[in-house]
Amino acid sequence: MSTIVSTRDLPADWRDLFALTKPRVMTLVVFTGLCGLLAAPVPMHPVLAFTAILCIAVGAGGAGALNMWYEADLDAKMKRTAKRPLPGGRLKPETAFQFAVGLCLGSVVLMDLAANHLAAAILAFSIFFYAVIYTAWLKRRTPQNIVIGGAAGAFPPLIGWVAATGSIDLLPVLLFSLIFLWTPPHFWALSLFVKSDYANAGVPMLPVTNGVESTRRQIALYTVPMAAVAVAPWPLGLTGALYGVLAALLSAVFMVLSLRVLANKATDAAAMGPEKALFKFSILYLFALFGALVVDRFA
Amino acid sequence: MSQPEDEVVRARQRKAARVTALLLFGFIALTFAVTIAKLTVNQ
Repeated sequence: MSTIVSTRDLPADWRDLFALTKPRVMTLVVFTGLCGLLAAPVPMHPVLAFTAILCIAVGAGGAGALNMWYEADLDAKMKRTAKRPLPGGRLKPETAFQFAVGLCLGSVVLMDLAANHLAAAILAFSIFFYAVIYTAWLKRRTPQNIVIGGAAGAFPPLIGWVAATGSIDLLPVLLFSLIFLWTPPHFWALSLFVKSDYANAGVPMLPVTNGVESTRRQIALYTVPMAAVAVAPWPLGLTGALYGVLAALLSAVFMVLSLRVLANKATDAAAMGPEKALFKFSILYLFALFGALVVDRFA
Repeated sequence: MSQPEDEVVRARQRKAARVTALLLFGFIALTFAVTIAKLTVNQ
């Protein structure tokens, strides 16, 4: 029997609320947070470690939900995001906002209880940074939005480490820097082949504001300090050769792929094979580096 | 609201209530487990 009840008038479906937390992004957040925690020289009680990682995931989910709540108008204009729960009309904005704030507060309070004040404070700051500084303030104002937004995604390994040790050391700072420097080439590679989507939505992404050639140069430029930071823990004596050699090899492949992007002159998305290859490899690169870090720690 | 509409709303409410109850139970169980773990660590 058909019904005329609008989906927006119905109580929220849990699947739509779950989609607000950006589960795919959360995978990388949880993984890097877990690696930061495992790489720490202090073992953590399994229950407390599980809770700390859960808090990082829930905090990231809350920040992602705040981002979707604030950007519902923008999401409606882009093909990639038009079917999300808010632009799709399946969720009320106030429900999304309350859900997001609940997740953020719950994660910070529980992190404070399970780990320590410093880990909870960094988690709270990372949520504030992503939701307010990146999403609400800078994303629509500057083509450097991704560079700044990268910092928000770089916090999880630092939080994981601090949850275990209670202090900030050189290795987690390098891990933070690695994700910070990895984010621009990763996202700019993507934005090159979905450029029209960002242009239609009026988001000042680098390919839209500065052109394709300039973006390709920036990708190649960021790859150099990124590779240096990726390898740095080895000569500094913070990790062993297993991590160091793998980081050097993977970074070399990353640099070759970014040079292929630089050499590509295509402006049509269909001919952007090097950009797509770099984007895919960049995901593997980060997973492999953090995985190697943990293996190296226990080897 | 007609009867079928009412049923759709009630079905969604029931589901939402179950999920909320499950999450609350999980939160309480986790808080309890964290408290016990903290006591163990601090001994």
